[in-house]
Amino acid sequence: MTAEATNTDAGQERVGLLRVLGPVHVWALGVGIVLVGEFMGWNFSVGKGGAFGALIACWVIGLLYTCVAMIDSEVTSTVAAAGGQYAQAKHIMGPLMAFNVGLYLVMAYTMLEAADALIVGDLLAILAAQSGYESLDPRPFVVLIIALLALLNYRGVFMTLSLNFIITAAAFASILILFIGVKPWQPGAILQHQGLLTELPYGWIGVIASFQFGIWYYLGIEGTCQAAEEVRSPSRSLPLGTMTGIMTLLIAATLTWYVCSGLLPWQYLGQATVPLYDASRMTGSLLLQIFLFVGTMFAATASANGCINDASRAWFSMGRDRYMPQWFGAVHPVYRTPYRSILILIPIAVSFAFTGLLDQVITFSILSGLLGYTFMPINMILFRRKWPLGTIRRGYVHPFHPLPAIVLMALCVTTFFATYLGFGTQLLAMMIFYIVASLWFVLHRYKFVRRADQFTMNWPKPQGY
Amino acid sequence: MSNKYEPPTQSGLGQVFDSVFLLALVYVALFIPLVLGLTGAGGTDNMPEVVNWETLEQNAVMQAQWEELGYTAETAAELITHRFDYTIDPLMLILTGAVILGYFIFMVKASDKEYRDVIREKFDS
Repeated sequence: MTAEATNTDAGQERVGLLRVLGPVHVWALGVGIVLVGEFMGWNFSVGKGGAFGALIACWVIGLLYTCVAMIDSEVTSTVAAAGGQYAQAKHIMGPLMAFNVGLYLVMAYTMLEAADALIVGDLLAILAAQSGYESLDPRPFVVLIIALLALLNYRGVFMTLSLNFIITAAAFASILILFIGVKPWQPGAILQHQGLLTELPYGWIGVIASFQFGIWYYLGIEGTCQAAEEVRSPSRSLPLGTMTGIMTLLIAATLTWYVCSGLLPWQYLGQATVPLYDASRMTGSLLLQIFLFVGTMFAATASANGCINDASRAWFSMGRDRYMPQWFGAVHPVYRTPYRSILILIPIAVSFAFTGLLDQVITFSILSGLLGYTFMPINMILFRRKWPLGTIRRGYVHPFHPLPAIVLMALCVTTFFATYLGFGTQLLAMMIFYIVASLWFVLHRYKFVRRADQFTMNWPKPQGY
Repeated sequence: MSNKYEPPTQSGLGQVFDSVFLLALVYVALFIPLVLGLTGAGGTDNMPEVVNWETLEQNAVMQAQWEELGYTAETAAELITHRFDYTIDPLMLILTGAVILGYFIFMVKASDKEYRDVIREKFDS
């Protein structure tokens, strides 16, 4: 493979990331990160609003992601620079917004990685307890899984995402196998929807509250954009990989809700750590139980793997642009990976996984994602205002503008309110983190940023500037 | 004379300090509140005086599923009776809304100021 090199602002050549990924890898990266949401976390929406509340949340938040996909398709297809939403923010809104968007990506993926590692540890502890060994400490396994995946990422992205494809496909297959195994064509034989489904336990305010964890069904699918710099044909591979990924998730979410709500009382389901595995235990089939154990392990591993990949690339991009210390902008001379950015995030993931507080670790990830979605409608409105249609070449123009932006903003505000219901203190803690980080950037970090280098697209000057 | 801004070179020590600052911020703002139990969901419990499947309002199907999961009425009671507290404190709600809104307004304004530097240097110099 030929080495790629680009000119830096310092006049030296820098080593670029390898362009080796195809649509299958993009699918694996997107679904690999998100599929774990069917194995754990989504069910906390059942706890906040009941089984039907969770289903309504799944659909409404599906609308939120439809708006995200519409807006993202137009901007990503036009801002043909690596870094996804981070690059968009640099070109449309400015360095501080880009710094925040980069940080949203890093925190969303690192907290998800922590949740994944926590699940691996908990699942092994559950298995040990079922085998008669009650006191297995999950923490060594948390460290082990993060260390192993960080090593894989350190060594190379192609091997890492090829592995992701295999384990993601196996995890998805385990959901299909469980669905067939519970004989959905014979209601009442195994599935007990008639006896288990209840009315809304909190009324409609519970439905709104459940939007918080409804995000978990899909959170991270937009991460496919992060690999743009390493994809062989971004214009073909990115939309194809992302769209097939969303279709996969829609199918998996529907099957998961149907199976779990037909096997588990909502009060149990609403706080379960590994609901699909629990559902498999209820079938009485050892084979299904083994499949779902493996599926959950694989989904958590694939997700953690993808998260390390995405979080490190966002951190790396910020290092390269001097939003973070430049030291993080280095590429490994042999493996061509952002190895320093991979290493710096390991202690954060391990620490949060050690807390064992799955719903709260997930909430940090959700909030970072939600802040990123709130940025999108503002970004879209400014994009159309600064470069009206016809002034630059767009790969795709989304219809009904500004309706998707307005709907997306309304749904983001509602989901902030949903998080306030029950997790208000955590919401404020997260906001304090981003406010302090933003002040640090404005008052200290911005002076290291090369101004003109933040705008690399060959576009005319934006209107109004 | 060029209008191009030449940023200072950050020393190795400065880079270490910045990295440590960010890590510390994550731990102080997010991790410590988590482990001290300052975050997380508030809730209520409506435990009946007599605990059995009937008083917990569990029908025969629910009861069978709980037992299959390894629970008795006594061990399942806490899970069944626990509820989130969705009482809205207007002051906290307004404060939370103001913090989020203020954050975005600050970010859009400050970012736009920096963006003007970028555009000026890119197109005007």
